[in-house]
Amino acid sequence: MDNTGRQDGQPLEDASPRNSRRRFSSSDKIYRFLLTACAALIIVVVLAMIAVIGQGSWLSIKEFGFGFLFGQTWDPIKGEFGALPFIYGTVVSSVIAVVIAAPLSIGVAVFLVEQAPRSLARPIAFLVEMLAAIPSVVYGLWAIFVLAPFLRQVVFPPLQASLGWLPFFKGTPTGIGMFTGGLILAIMITPIITAVVRDILEAVPVTQREAALALGATKWETSRIVLANAASGIAGAVILGLGRAIGETMAVTMIIGNRPQISASLFDPAYTIASVIANEFTEATGDLYLSALVEMGLILFVVTFIVTALAKLLILSVGRKTQHTA
Amino acid sequence: MLSGRTKFALSFLCLVLLINPSCFSGRRGKGDAIKIQGAGSTFINPLMQKWVSEYGNLYSNVRIDYQSIGSGGGIKQIKERTIQFGASDAPMSDADLKSAPGEIIHIPVILGAVVLTYNLEGVDRPLRFSPDTIADIFLGKITRWDDERLLADNPGTSLPSEPLTVVHRSDGSGTSAIFTNYLSKTSPEWKEKVGEGTSPSFPVGLGGKGNEGVTGQVKQTPNTIGYVELAYALKNKMPVAEIKNRSGNYIVPGFATVTNAAAETINETPEHLRVSITDAAGENAYPISSYVYVLIYKDQPDEVVGQTLVDFLTWGINDGQRFGESLYYSPLPQEMVKRASAKIALISHDGRSLRTQ
Amino acid sequence: MTSLTALCTLGVISILILILGYISYQGITSLSWQFLVETPKPVGEGGGIGNAIVGSLILLGLASLVGIPLGIAIGTYLAELGSGWFGTIVRFVADSLIGVPSIVFGVFVYALIVLQQGYFSTLAGSVALALIMIPIVTRTTEEIVKLVPKSMREGALALGAPEWRVTWDIVLPAAKTGIATGAMLAIARVLGETAPLLFTAFGSRFYNIYLDEPMASMPVQIYNYAISPFEEWHAKAWAATLVLITLILLINISVRYSTRKGY
Repeated sequence: MDNTGRQDGQPLEDASPRNSRRRFSSSDKIYRFLLTACAALIIVVVLAMIAVIGQGSWLSIKEFGFGFLFGQTWDPIKGEFGALPFIYGTVVSSVIAVVIAAPLSIGVAVFLVEQAPRSLARPIAFLVEMLAAIPSVVYGLWAIFVLAPFLRQVVFPPLQASLGWLPFFKGTPTGIGMFTGGLILAIMITPIITAVVRDILEAVPVTQREAALALGATKWETSRIVLANAASGIAGAVILGLGRAIGETMAVTMIIGNRPQISASLFDPAYTIASVIANEFTEATGDLYLSALVEMGLILFVVTFIVTALAKLLILSVGRKTQHTA
Repeated sequence: MLSGRTKFALSFLCLVLLINPSCFSGRRGKGDAIKIQGAGSTFINPLMQKWVSEYGNLYSNVRIDYQSIGSGGGIKQIKERTIQFGASDAPMSDADLKSAPGEIIHIPVILGAVVLTYNLEGVDRPLRFSPDTIADIFLGKITRWDDERLLADNPGTSLPSEPLTVVHRSDGSGTSAIFTNYLSKTSPEWKEKVGEGTSPSFPVGLGGKGNEGVTGQVKQTPNTIGYVELAYALKNKMPVAEIKNRSGNYIVPGFATVTNAAAETINETPEHLRVSITDAAGENAYPISSYVYVLIYKDQPDEVVGQTLVDFLTWGINDGQRFGESLYYSPLPQEMVKRASAKIALISHDGRSLRTQ
Repeated sequence: MTSLTALCTLGVISILILILGYISYQGITSLSWQFLVETPKPVGEGGGIGNAIVGSLILLGLASLVGIPLGIAIGTYLAELGSGWFGTIVRFVADSLIGVPSIVFGVFVYALIVLQQGYFSTLAGSVALALIMIPIVTRTTEEIVKLVPKSMREGALALGAPEWRVTWDIVLPAAKTGIATGAMLAIARVLGETAPLLFTAFGSRFYNIYLDEPMASMPVQIYNYAISPFEEWHAKAWAATLVLITLILLINISVRYSTRKGY
């Protein structure tokens, strides 16, 4: 921290008081305008998407109203539609994914940046990024043929034997279900979080590390200080991963069992919003059916917004705490 | 002096401005290749790829593309006129036909079968199922493999005392439509509780995505049973169940028995050829069979495209049938070839039939 | 502590090896020169993914042309000018868009472009992919640009440089590896996406290059092969996946090489 009282990572505008700023040149005005216009473009696109989706869901909204959010039946033949099991499936599978992936990814990133020798770090980082290169469909296929049988035969039985009294581990473990879905999501979002956290950690100015070392900190203590500095960036990386998990379709729909039900057991099948849209959209004929699916898309938008907002609030509160200790 | 970055950005900007769709058009007057788009049923995809390739070898200026996006997708896109022909396992409903911008004709081009496949240790002969047992399984009323109803269908076979898990389709599909159509015909309880359609709400079971999803899950998970198109079970060397038909015989799904089901129902087939041939009443008829339809507008706006489509379809229901067997499709019975031909003759441009042969 | 993080890394790497190993084992026998150059053929006649490779590259190229610069611009906006209410909204929107399933973008572009034009086209496919890329590039760009030490900026400003110069000549070059990461993540994502292309670029078994015609792509071809009942086609799906991963690797290497720090 220097005498302007501003930390790295905060936007430029906070830097200097207005009256000591040099006048804005006209090129600056154009520059600011262009950048703002680009940003506005994304807002326009989202508004257009909401308009198109909103229009498509109107029929369903009129028909079911708010009850849609709490309905638990999904029966296209009878024309009864409810979104609750899908919301549940989306949220739970994404939470499982982030709970597994975030610490894992941050651990990998810390290892690569702070602890591994340079020659080792480069190839390993490369390998981790390759996980992001594998298409969704392939993850799904691998999950069916390798992951699910492995979990069913090796992991689930001891889990059920020891923790089967908890509602989370009841039921018949077939390998196809909520937990497997969350696990494959975790694998898919790990490279994303790792890559971004790596860049964040590398971007923390070397002065921070040097200052800590000069004060006699150990390597691990230095790392902690670096992490504290990069906290909000790391949180951003995790949100990136969370977003990916919420919207992931192909891999999840091949392994989660696609059963619209709310069940506490992690072994039971579940259903996510993205999966049901992918599964049924191309085949949906009939206006109400189509409209219900489009409304699911709208709900996904809203769920994503809410989850993102919650995550940000969480970061903000964590950020305040670390600021006090820094 | 411009920095490397600036040069890069400027040349990039030029590139963006240059890539103008009208400079690079493939649609307007590009040689004399006739380009046709079709889409729909995933089930017919292997055969359709064979057909368009063979036909393209015969007539090198004809380029037909077929994408398997699902029967419902085929119906949707033909209604939007983004494709020139569609393919669907299940015929279009009256409501769908009404909402189309023009009259759409259904032309049956091949036959397929939905089969029951399962994963059960220690059983070496194909299992037998009666319609009631099948309904009870999928309704969730049979939960163990050694249930008395299963034992009754398979006297002399010892079945293990294991829990039975159902696998069904989670995505909308013609296969589900055919299967639930069969169940609705044979089980009043099913008809009332679930009904028939491309996306039924199954009372029990795991949902797999696509035929391959169900096949994969059944193959990998012990004690499961599911329904898939014949080719998937055979190609994956999985057991195929024998099903009791209306005449009381247990039938193995295959070319003869599926074509038989179609032949037996010819007389009940209405003029517009949209018919369900499940639960057919023949001695040798396989009860869960179905046509695959090509959907095409009766009135073709483009004469050349229309002519090509007519020729292609005529070739398909005649010469094209022989390519079906090695891919596990069943050929149309002769009588249906005649009727489909008559339908093709109705396709016209400006009121004039495009049929040349 | 080192052992814990090392363990994490080991775990992740072993999963990668498991998956890659499985893909290689399933697909290596189908790899050949013909496979890379030929177009798809019916079952039993061989065929390959040549047109899908070209198609994917064209779609990717067009999408990146629009998506990456726009993403960088928005990310820069958020980092430099985005502390007000408008910036908060834009940031929020960008974050949320990452969670939207790609099929939604596909359907949106279908309604907007395909239905209006009446045909499936490469242009529609590229637009859908670009929309997917933008939020990813935006987010990573913002985080990285924010971390560029302000001392660098203020040095330039003190010398009288206008803001845009500071960004263009100082900040972006300093952030380029991070931006490259964002671009790479976005590229890897869209090269593997099937759903948005199914209703926009559609797919084809021919070599196409025109913008107003359907275009084959690798993920769609992999999907078509994978959902068939034929072992032969499954093997091709795995082989195509190997090719896809290699492609992404090559792009990754070239992007990393051209943005390496300090020449």
